[in-house]
Amino acid sequence: MHLKRRQKSNPEIPTSSMADIAFLLIVFFLVTTTMNQDKGIGMQLPPAGESKKIRKKNICNIWVNESGQILINLEDQVALDQLRANIEQRLAANENLIVSLKASEETKYDDFINVLDEIKMAGADKISLASPEQ
Amino acid sequence: MPDFSRKAKVGETIPTSSMADIAFLLLVFFMVSTVFVRFRVTGIVLPKAEKIEELKKRRMISYLWVSADRKIYIDDKLADLPQVANIFYDRRVKEPRTIVSLKCDFRAPYGLISRVLEQLREADALRVNFAADKRG
Repeated sequence: MHLKRRQKSNPEIPTSSMADIAFLLIVFFLVTTTMNQDKGIGMQLPPAGESKKIRKKNICNIWVNESGQILINLEDQVALDQLRANIEQRLAANENLIVSLKASEETKYDDFINVLDEIKMAGADKISLASPEQ
Repeated sequence: MPDFSRKAKVGETIPTSSMADIAFLLLVFFMVSTVFVRFRVTGIVLPKAEKIEELKKRRMISYLWVSADRKIYIDDKLADLPQVANIFYDRRVKEPRTIVSLKCDFRAPYGLISRVLEQLREADALRVNFAADKRG
C-alpha cells in the first residue's frame, strides 16, 4: 500500500517585511504631522502701578481711531503704508524715542495690530501701550 | 608546512531580525511623546502681521482668547474679565516664565483687549504675545 507522505507545513511567521511596514508607518506619520507653532508679536508689559515721567520730546504719540485712521502727535495724519518711514525718521532724529500707541475703545484689533506691526518694523524697541479713554 | 591559503569565512549577511523591533520602538516613542493641543474655541480669525516671532517652549505658554462677540476664553473655558487676573496669577506662581498668548479675533474691540492687558499686569503676567498669522 502506498501512503502519501504528508507535506510538512512551515510554522514560521515571515517577519522579514515587518521592518519595512514599521518604517513605512514612521515615514507616514513624519510626513503627515504638522507642527502648529504659536506665532505673534511679543511684548513685555510694565508692572502694575508703575509710571515713569518721560520728557515730552522723547515721546511720540500714535493714535488710532475707530475707523483705523492714524494720527501722530495730534498733528500729522498718516496712512498705514507711510507710518513705518515716518517712525524711522523720528527714531533716526532721536534714538531715545518712546513710541506710545493709543487706540480708542472701539478700534478694531486688526487696526491696532497693523499699527503695532509697522512700529516694530520701523525698529522701535521702546513701545508703550496706553489705555483708551473711557 | 601549515596551510596559509585557507581564509576564515566571514558572514556577509547583516542581521535584520531586530530591525522591526527598532522601528516599532521608534514608532511607539513618537506616539507616546507627541502631545496634541486641541482647543475647541472656534470662529476666531487671527490678524495678520509681518514682524512675528515663534514661541518655542510650549509648556510656558498660556492661552487667552477674545472673540469678536466680546467673550473671553481661558484654555477653552469661558471666563469673566475680573477672573483673568486671579487665573493668571495662579499660573504665574506655578510657572514664573509664563508667556500669555493672546489669541484675539481681528474684529474684537481694542478696549476689551486693553482691559485684559490691565488684568494681566495685575497678575504680574507681563510677558505677552499678540498671536498673529504671517502675512502673505
